[in-house]
Amino acid sequence: MADVSDLDAMTDAVNAGVAELGRLDVIVANAGIHLPGAPAWELDPLDWQRTLDINLTGVWHTIKAGVPHVGDQGGAIVIISSTNGLRGTSNTAHYTASKHAVVGLARTLANELGPRRIRVNTVHPGAVATPMVLNDQTFRRLRPDLDNPTAADAAEVLQARNLLPVPWVEPVDVANAVVFLASDQARYITGTQLVVDAGLTQKTT
Amino acid sequence: MSRRLTGKVALITGAARGIGRAQAVRFAQEGADIVALDLCGPVETVAIPHSTPADLGQTAALVTESGARVHTEIVDVRDLAGVQAATDRGVDRFGGLDVVCATAGITSRGTALELGENAWRTMLDVNLTGVWHTCRAGAAHLIARGAGAMVLTNSIAGLRGLVGVAHYTAAKHGVVGLMRSLANELAPHNVRVNCIHPTNVDTPMIQNDAVRSAFRPDLDRPPTRAEFAEAARNMNMLGVPWVDAEDVANAALFLASDEARYITAVTLPVDAGATQR
Repeated sequence: MADVSDLDAMTDAVNAGVAELGRLDVIVANAGIHLPGAPAWELDPLDWQRTLDINLTGVWHTIKAGVPHVGDQGGAIVIISSTNGLRGTSNTAHYTASKHAVVGLARTLANELGPRRIRVNTVHPGAVATPMVLNDQTFRRLRPDLDNPTAADAAEVLQARNLLPVPWVEPVDVANAVVFLASDQARYITGTQLVVDAGLTQKTT
Repeated sequence: MSRRLTGKVALITGAARGIGRAQAVRFAQEGADIVALDLCGPVETVAIPHSTPADLGQTAALVTESGARVHTEIVDVRDLAGVQAATDRGVDRFGGLDVVCATAGITSRGTALELGENAWRTMLDVNLTGVWHTCRAGAAHLIARGAGAMVLTNSIAGLRGLVGVAHYTAAKHGVVGLMRSLANELAPHNVRVNCIHPTNVDTPMIQNDAVRSAFRPDLDRPPTRAEFAEAARNMNMLGVPWVDAEDVANAALFLASDEARYITAVTLPVDAGATQR
C-alpha cells in the first residue's frame, strides 16, 4: 500500500516491486480522485490541493519512482487522464485542471524520454463503470429531477451525451487501450492522447 | 486614440514588470483603472531575478502618466486570503471590476526526473493554484457586474511539451483546463475566459543568465543577448527571437474588450508561429 502523493512511499513501493519481479517495462499511472464539484470560485482550497496532489503530483511521483528502473530496452508510460483532460466542464475546475496538467507532463516526458525509447501517452476515458461514476452522489448530480435516482436513471443522461448507444465504457475498455499503448504494437506511438469515450467529446448533435 | 476600456477596471497580477506591466499600461491607455498586484520579492526555487517594490512603483507611475487611476498592493498569489483582500480593496476603491488578468508566474528548470519536490510544488502553487486564486478572487465581482473577461497568461508550454520544464508545462496545461471549466461556468454570467500562449517574451523572465544558458548549452559562459537570440529564433516561424510584452498586452486588450464579446474558451497563441513549426 502506498499513497501516490507521498514520493518516498512510492519510491519504496516501486523499488520493492522491482526487486521482487526483476525489471520494469510499463508504468501505468492510474490512481486518481474526483472530489465533489462546485463552480471554480466556490471550490474548497483543500479539495483543490488534494486533487492536484493525487491526480497530478501523484502521477509525477509514480513516473519519477519508476523510470530509473526501466532498462535500455525501453518501455512505455501510460497516464490515465479523462475527457476532462481535453475539455472543460462546469463544477470540475480542480479535476479538469489536474487532468489537463498530466497531458502537459506527458508531452514533456515524451520529449525527454524519447531518446531512451520510453514512450509516454495519455488515455482519456469518458464515464467508466466504476465506483467513481456508479454512486448515489453522481446519480443525484445527473438526475436532479428525481428523488432517488438509480444507475439506470443516470444511464439515460449519460447515454444521451455519447455517439455510441452506451451510457459508459467498462474498465476493460480502458485496460485494452492501455495494453495496446504499452505493447510493441504501439512502438511508434508517443506523446499522443487516446480517447476511449464512446464519442462523448465529438458529439455535435 | 481609441478608448476600448473606458470606465472599466482591470485586476492584474504580476504587474510590477514584464507582461503584467505592459498590460497595465496598455489597458490604462485605453481608459481602464488598474488594480496592480505583485509579490515584489523572491520565490524559493526560482533562480531568475525577482521583481521589487520599485518595479511596481514604476508600473503605477506609467499608469498614472496614461491618465488612469491605479491601486497597487504587494501580495503573493499563493495566499488566497491575501489576494482576495487586495482585490476587494481595489474593487472598493474603483467601484467594481470588469477584467481579470492572471499574469503572475515563475520559471525554473529541470527534467521531470531531476526536478525536486520543492521546485515541482512551488511551480504548481504559483503558476496553477495562483491563477485559480486570482480567478476566484475576481469572479464574484465580475458576476456582480453581469459581464466581464478573464485573460489567463499562459505559454506555448500550455499547448506543447517543452523539455526541461515538466512542472511548468504541467502547470500551464492545467491552466488551460481551469480556463475551459471557468468559461463554461461563467458564460451564463456573460463573463468570458480565455488563455494567451506566448512564445518567449522579451522580459526579465527570459533575459537572464539561467534561461539564456539553457538555450545555449554549447557555450561555457552566460550567453549575450545576441547569442541567446540566435538560438531563440529557431523556435519561431517568423524571423524573430521573441515577442515583446506589448504584443501579449495587445492580445489581452483585444480579449478583454468588447471587440471579443463572443470569444470565450479559446487558447490564443502569440507565438510567432512557434507551435505550428
